[in-house]
Amino acid sequence: MRLTDISIKNLMRRKAKAGFIMAGLVVGVAAMVAVIGFVRTMTAEINHKMERYGANILILPKTEDLQLSYGGLNLGGVSVGVQPIRQADLHRLTSIKNAANIAATGPTLLGVVSANGRDVLLAGIDMNRVDVLKPWWSLSGNRPDSNAVLAGAQTASLLNLTTGQTVEINGRPMHVSGILGSTGSQDDQLLFAELPTAQSILGKQGQISMVEVAALCHDCPIDDMVRQISGVLPDAKVMAIQQVVKGRMDTLQRFSAFSMGMSAVVILVGSLVVLTTMMSSVRERKEEIGIFRAMGFRKSHVMGIIFSEAAMVSGPAGLIGYLAGTGATFIAVRFFSDMDHASTAWDPLLCGGAILLAMVVGLTASVYPAIMAARLDPNTALRSL
Amino acid sequence: MSSIHAQDLGKSYGRGGAVVHALADVSFTIDSGAFVGIMGESGAGKSTLLSILGAMNTPTTGRLSIDGIDVYDLKSEQRADFRREFLGFVFQSFHLIPYLTLLENVMLPLTTIRMPKSEKRGKAQAALDRVGLGGKGERLPGEASGGEKERCAIARAIVNDPPILLADEPTGNLDTRTTDAVMDLFTGLNTDGMTIVMVTHSPRCAAHVHRVLDVADGRLAKRP
Repeated sequence: MRLTDISIKNLMRRKAKAGFIMAGLVVGVAAMVAVIGFVRTMTAEINHKMERYGANILILPKTEDLQLSYGGLNLGGVSVGVQPIRQADLHRLTSIKNAANIAATGPTLLGVVSANGRDVLLAGIDMNRVDVLKPWWSLSGNRPDSNAVLAGAQTASLLNLTTGQTVEINGRPMHVSGILGSTGSQDDQLLFAELPTAQSILGKQGQISMVEVAALCHDCPIDDMVRQISGVLPDAKVMAIQQVVKGRMDTLQRFSAFSMGMSAVVILVGSLVVLTTMMSSVRERKEEIGIFRAMGFRKSHVMGIIFSEAAMVSGPAGLIGYLAGTGATFIAVRFFSDMDHASTAWDPLLCGGAILLAMVVGLTASVYPAIMAARLDPNTALRSL
Repeated sequence: MSSIHAQDLGKSYGRGGAVVHALADVSFTIDSGAFVGIMGESGAGKSTLLSILGAMNTPTTGRLSIDGIDVYDLKSEQRADFRREFLGFVFQSFHLIPYLTLLENVMLPLTTIRMPKSEKRGKAQAALDRVGLGGKGERLPGEASGGEKERCAIARAIVNDPPILLADEPTGNLDTRTTDAVMDLFTGLNTDGMTIVMVTHSPRCAAHVHRVLDVADGRLAKRP
């Protein structure tokens, strides 16, 4: 016979009370686990989407542009003091503090060319970086070599270009190696060539118009990187192109903070349930506790019985709360996320945290009832005769 | 073997004009191995005196020493240890824990003692055997008769071999035959050297004791 045996037997006898305490803790822990799981899944989804965005930092020549547009009508613009970016300067990107976060850089040269007698924008890019920088491309045909171009969907349609055909660019015959599927972006209206080829056609050797940078996005400090790149390329304008995603992340963080606050309230209510139920249990067992004290149980022994009971209910409540919260996450993610899989895999750390949380709440809420029980006068047992 | 020495014990409840003197100027000595009965009318102060003897009710005045130890000079937790080592209690209404078996109830006083579980079980079984409940240890109190409950309560009181047994009207709820059986049990324990102090109303029970302390209006009516 040990103190814990008394606790077990008492819990078995008062199943409804034990169940009530457990339910209070389960709801609180489940709410907390569900919020954490949901936010984690949504964050993973956003990160995944950010990676699919490809480039997320843009390096442009520093200009003082006057945009001539109003109400959606674009009349062009006036650029003053354009400082072209030199390809030779790009090696400086490897010297920034967060260089390890750069997955790929895509120098791009843009220029207007005549293709089969029509003006088209030609983009010279590094075809080897396309998979990282433009992962959404769907290519019919092959990537171009030094004597070939790739046609955007709309360009191919306007110029009646097909794969394998020859197109005359600034009087130079070029092979059409492939046609891009429609992307819904400006890429549809371009011709693409290898960067050296485009530089040769446009007569701009060593020059580039812009650089697309793909930074690894999970926790990457984009804003810091923008500042660092601006530092090594002072004549260029560097900007992050992830405002939408960041906005969504900010919303998620606000939701997370609100939900955590709500969960904390639920946990508080759960702890009050434990407190009141334990106090009522102690009052019901006044005589029994008096008998224990009369037989020589110390105050610490009586408190030990109460705490053991709280721990025995709280531990399983934490585990059940974890499972219920994970289940709730799984259901919530199906409604709110595009991801095929929710973050509902077995997470020992979260499970351990849930059990710890339940134990801390259960034991903390039992402190007062335990003290109340320990302070009971053993004489109560005799007086109750 | 423990002697009890009470000197000018007094107990008052309440304050100001509403003070009730439950006990006043009670002095006596109980020698080791004695079997003493405390008798008196209801409200005379018998149970108050027993609770003071049981180290559970601090007297307003006077001193109580058991085996030379001034009981109420001990701190609260030391008194708990004292109760565990020196005293066994038999309560009037048995006060068995309803969700524990009879054997587990008897094992209760051993719960806080460092001892192998098998040894605790052995001692509890021996105590049950002694009171004639050897084969009924696995029953719950709700499945036992009044006499069996009383014997179980006695087994629980003696399981850790205390030198003193305090009993508060142990036969109050029992029929005559069972009362005699319980008193025979007490007599046997006393013969083995245990000091017994028993509160009783019953002349039938008083017939078994060596000496009676009569309490009336909180005072000893008959000095030993």
